[in-house]
Amino acid sequence: MSATPRRRRTRLVLSQIALAALALVAIVAATAFLLLVGGYSVRDGLVALWSGSLGSWYAITSATLVRAVPLLCTGVAVAIAFRAGVFNIGAEGQLLVGAAAATAVSLATPLVAWSGGVTIILALAAAAVAGGLWAGVAAVLRARFGVLEVISTIMLNFVAVHFVSYLVRGPVQEPTHAYPQSATIAESLHLPRLPGAGRLHAGLLLAIAITAVSGWVVRRTAAGFRLMAVGENPDAAASAGQIDVGRTTTRAFLASGALAGLAGGIELLGVTFALYENLSPGYGFTAIAVALLAGLDPWRVLPTAVLFGALEAGAGAMQRDAGIPSTLVTVIEAALILAAVTVQALRLGRRPNPGRASIAAEP
Amino acid sequence: MTHVGAADAPLALDMRDVAKRYGGTQALIDASLSVRPGTVHALLGENGAGKTTLMRIAFGLERPDRGTMHVGGRVARFASAADAIERGVGMVHQHFSLVPVMTVAENIALGGRGRLDLAGIRAGLGSLAERRGFALDPDAVVATLSVAAQQRVELAKALMHDARLLVLDEPTAVLAPGESAELLRWLRAYADAGNAAVLITHKLHEALSVADDVTVLRRGRTVLAASRADASPRSLTAAMIGGDAEPSEGSREAGVDATMHDTGTRGEPVFRATMVTIADERGLVRVWNATTEVWRGEIVGVAAVDGNGQRELLRALAGRLDPVSGTLVRPKNVGFVPEDRHRDAVLLERSLAENVALRGAGARRGVLDWSAVLARTDRLLRALDVRAEGATVAMRTLSGGNQQRVVLARELAAEDGGTPTAVVAENPTRGLDVRATAVVHERLRSAAAEGAAVVVYSSDIDEVLLLADRVLVVYDGRVREVRAERDAVGRAMVGVE
Repeated sequence: MSATPRRRRTRLVLSQIALAALALVAIVAATAFLLLVGGYSVRDGLVALWSGSLGSWYAITSATLVRAVPLLCTGVAVAIAFRAGVFNIGAEGQLLVGAAAATAVSLATPLVAWSGGVTIILALAAAAVAGGLWAGVAAVLRARFGVLEVISTIMLNFVAVHFVSYLVRGPVQEPTHAYPQSATIAESLHLPRLPGAGRLHAGLLLAIAITAVSGWVVRRTAAGFRLMAVGENPDAAASAGQIDVGRTTTRAFLASGALAGLAGGIELLGVTFALYENLSPGYGFTAIAVALLAGLDPWRVLPTAVLFGALEAGAGAMQRDAGIPSTLVTVIEAALILAAVTVQALRLGRRPNPGRASIAAEP
Repeated sequence: MTHVGAADAPLALDMRDVAKRYGGTQALIDASLSVRPGTVHALLGENGAGKTTLMRIAFGLERPDRGTMHVGGRVARFASAADAIERGVGMVHQHFSLVPVMTVAENIALGGRGRLDLAGIRAGLGSLAERRGFALDPDAVVATLSVAAQQRVELAKALMHDARLLVLDEPTAVLAPGESAELLRWLRAYADAGNAAVLITHKLHEALSVADDVTVLRRGRTVLAASRADASPRSLTAAMIGGDAEPSEGSREAGVDATMHDTGTRGEPVFRATMVTIADERGLVRVWNATTEVWRGEIVGVAAVDGNGQRELLRALAGRLDPVSGTLVRPKNVGFVPEDRHRDAVLLERSLAENVALRGAGARRGVLDWSAVLARTDRLLRALDVRAEGATVAMRTLSGGNQQRVVLARELAAEDGGTPTAVVAENPTRGLDVRATAVVHERLRSAAAEGAAVVVYSSDIDEVLLLADRVLVVYDGRVREVRAERDAVGRAMVGVE
């Protein structure tokens, strides 16, 4: 091929923008089709989808971006694990135990005037540690006994769901014992709202910072390179790179769990303020789609997390305003994942392809 | 020679003017091949000449864009391998297609249809053993078999379907000399019984020793079709590489600095093993009490029949495996060229630069300087004359020979870009053509000439003798030095004093 690397890169970026535009058109078309088939008003449905997600400043901030925050953290978590060849399907469970840990710290810490900020940090740290430990169970099972992490993390999701159910009916149930949820955390422990952005909270900044740092680690550092090498070919990583494959995958697993747990902590301190069942509408599962659609690149998780945040927000609005079941949007999301995975497979199948070969191609 | 196939019998395989294009690559342009019944036919050519593609067409795995094919005198248009098998064609691929956890009989049953008839297969294997001297335990699990035995399973698969035309893709590349000779003898007998065999190979002496006829492909065209009587090593080499170039045999003395070994000033050895015992990854002891030294500037050849512990010895020297007892002194950063390139040496989907960065990645800290890596990769590519579009193309886009050049370049350069102190290479020319083999040999020699300690294992005893200043033979886990002569080494390899 005669194109210079720069021209090739420009072409690559253009083709990705075109691809994204195509995806948006396809989403709208598919939604319209499903509305039609379901016997709903196409116009009402699309209007609700739009106004609930991107149609107003309020919708963008308080609906779409609020949902994008946990998707961003868990999306990066999944991307890091998958890159290292660790198929962590357990972000949902890790998020839940993270939220539980943050709840425990928030409710247990005695409140004094100056302690709000410190307690927030403690609660978030506890959330990350809890998520890491939860993933650590699967990591140890994999390293010691060769248990497939796909299975163990799925199972641990169920354990986490029921663990939260138990907590909110037992040890941390609110004082009146009327509702299956914890007491509400003190207002001084709420993550600060971003000025002029409705319900949007400072967790967004934290999530963006995490994404930026993760992307940098993955692309630029020796540790990030090891992740890729181990995920790509563990035998060559061990032999040619003299990389400790077991240690690398275990670390990726723990880091992934910690980020997912942190997502739970942020969600609790920024949005729900109390622990209850169904605290997460499946963010940890949607995260897999978010990460795959981003090609497991943390920086590209940012747009895909916002896209899925918008879809989730729009789906809620459709149900609320137009009486259309939100599961319709779930169908769209699933179709999107299938499309993304197919495109990826086609690209891989069309070898040789120098264009997508590397991260080193982007100096 | 008394062949069963009479002159007027139809050809076992007759392919004419075959063309095949993959995307932008014209794999075959004008390839023809005529295989007489009762003969072994050698198909020669460099890497990428189209040998395997042509045979994949004969076996129904690919469809030609153009050209005709007759099998046993009848037109053949195979839509799949099943059609080819139906017509009595069998193929043994370079990479075996066996399920390791299943038994021999189960693997053979995989190709069948309808009801699973393991008893029938056992009986079939029994009669195969009787008729063709084929010893195979039907209930042995394939993973526990040696490479040679696994190859016999592949052969048995073809023979159980009554193959009268066998295609073997580089069958001796994975075998020890004794095993190769046995396979070639077997092929001879198979052909003498009225069948035909096509032997894809790089090895001239093999082609000339066993084949009745020879066809040479170059860049997708048949450039030579002759009987053995009319072929010489010189004419075949010329046909294969298209010029008057000779194989590298003459360059034996080129890079070897003989004085290095005799002067008293050579200092400390680079490798020193004292009573070293090495176990494999599963904990089985493979090498017992090895004591040896490797000095600066010398090439030590390792000869062994596969599975005698040479694999573990090489990995211990290269720092990829720690001995269970004894003292092993080795440099910190040993270059290592493993036998299975795709599995152990490269990231196929990743760029050449990333593959270069892979060396030493385990010990690296902090931030990677990609622009330095890119510059270093460009230098390596230029120095080794690798035909690649640049440092950012994926490893997969390179031919096997060029991939090996990149691996070699990476392992032969020290971290700082200077001369390496030590290199361990395991079958470094496996699957490479004449020209690429010559480059690998030249690089290893010049590394030694620049002062590196080089250890080379090859399953080809002649290659060991060609390269090595000294020869170590590993037999049954015992390592000892043997005079660098063919007879002595050959006998030591099979444990004969």
